[in-house]
Amino acid sequence: MSLPIKVQVVRADRRADSLSEVFLEDVYAIPGGEKVKECIQCGTCSASCPTSYAMDYTPREVIASLRAGLLEKVLKSNTIWLCASCYYCSVRCPSGIKLTDIMYELKRLAIEFGLAQKGAKAPVISKLFVDIVNKNGRISEVELVSKFYLKTNPLGMLKMIPRASKLLMRGRMPLIPHRIRGTPEIRRALAVAVEISGLQRGQTSQKRA
Amino acid sequence: MNKAYDKSARVVSRALGIDLAELDDWNCCGASAYMSIHEVRAHLLSARNLALAEKEKKDLVVVCPACLTTLTKTNHYLAEDPKLKRTVATALKAADLQYTGSIKVRHLLEVIVNDIGENKVKARIKRKISGLKVAPYYGCQLTRPFGEIDDKEFPTILDTLLKWIGAQPVDFPLRAKCCGGLLMMTNEEVALSLNKSLLDCATQSGAECIVTICPLCHMNIETYQDDVNKMFGTNFKLPALYFTQLMGLSFGFSRKELGIDDEMIPSQPLLEKHLEVSR
Repeated sequence: MSLPIKVQVVRADRRADSLSEVFLEDVYAIPGGEKVKECIQCGTCSASCPTSYAMDYTPREVIASLRAGLLEKVLKSNTIWLCASCYYCSVRCPSGIKLTDIMYELKRLAIEFGLAQKGAKAPVISKLFVDIVNKNGRISEVELVSKFYLKTNPLGMLKMIPRASKLLMRGRMPLIPHRIRGTPEIRRALAVAVEISGLQRGQTSQKRA
Repeated sequence: MNKAYDKSARVVSRALGIDLAELDDWNCCGASAYMSIHEVRAHLLSARNLALAEKEKKDLVVVCPACLTTLTKTNHYLAEDPKLKRTVATALKAADLQYTGSIKVRHLLEVIVNDIGENKVKARIKRKISGLKVAPYYGCQLTRPFGEIDDKEFPTILDTLLKWIGAQPVDFPLRAKCCGGLLMMTNEEVALSLNKSLLDCATQSGAECIVTICPLCHMNIETYQDDVNKMFGTNFKLPALYFTQLMGLSFGFSRKELGIDDEMIPSQPLLEKHLEVSR
């Protein structure tokens, strides 16, 4: 079910390196976001990250890429989708950079600019999550997982069947989704948030919303 | 999928005299997924829960660390970012709600240890646990990023509670390392590798079972333990319990009342060995 206000993002003449401008504008708006300027490239973040071993660009390299004007490459890589938001980087950074919040911003940016890595599954599950919560006010794991598999790996659903039946037999499969009473109010509130954020930016970007 | 956590949390809370009233018409906090797509809207979802709690004049207690982090982050950012505060306030008004920032967000574990305390917990023990070696698994979001519940790097609050009920928490170096969370869906191999290192560490530390405080950690470490074995040729069979389940057992509640029979890895033989027979 879509929001009553259609979100229209107009990107006229956006060149790749102005991605960095948009990114920085949003990051500076996050409380403490300006600290990103103080990165000393020590690599503590990369060393602490449980999934950096599998990333195309490690957390440290993400900030280095930003400085080198290579943000687009980061957005197209697998890096941001491997972030599990465990916050090790953020709590250990000697400069106090909120790297996890920056990773969230990169995820949003990659999706908005259509630069997310082809085949990346995290954007799919996140978008489904949003749709279901917008619809019901709550998540339905069964709906989320089944739609996710249908979209990304239909054959993989077969592999899930043994686990799913074990869960079902133990009463751990909530088959009936719950819709809260306040869903219409939530939709109204969400629409208002989108509208205000658009007006605040002056541009037509409603991205921060 | 984690009804057992809900069940056992309510049972144990009632036994300890904690008056838990489910927040009426609460909505999903959005966890990490919603924030990956929308920022202000994600904060709005949390703000609605905070506003509802404020209306009922009760602090929010959660059992899920993702909810804890998400709600706490919104709580902080609303106070630190005036623009966000104004936007969210206007949006909440469209839902006939308002939030003045008075709510504290807490985790049930911390409420039990700090508010209820040792004497009251010990007074409820009906079945002694002895010699049960437990790996206390905190996961990533109980203490990070805010460190309000416990130390960000070396939390001990779960160890404390486990000792009170007679269990033996082992020194578990990876106690606060991420289980991968939703990566188990989106990047299964990476998540399985993370869980393998957790299971390895727990086993090598001498643990006979692992106790968690997060439903997603529980799912990854328990329901996918077989997949870890298949992928790495390992042979783990480590039962996983919620802290409320182990507490509940020591309080004399049955496996059924605590949802332990929902488990995928049998814990009965192990627990029989270490739990005093029901009086």
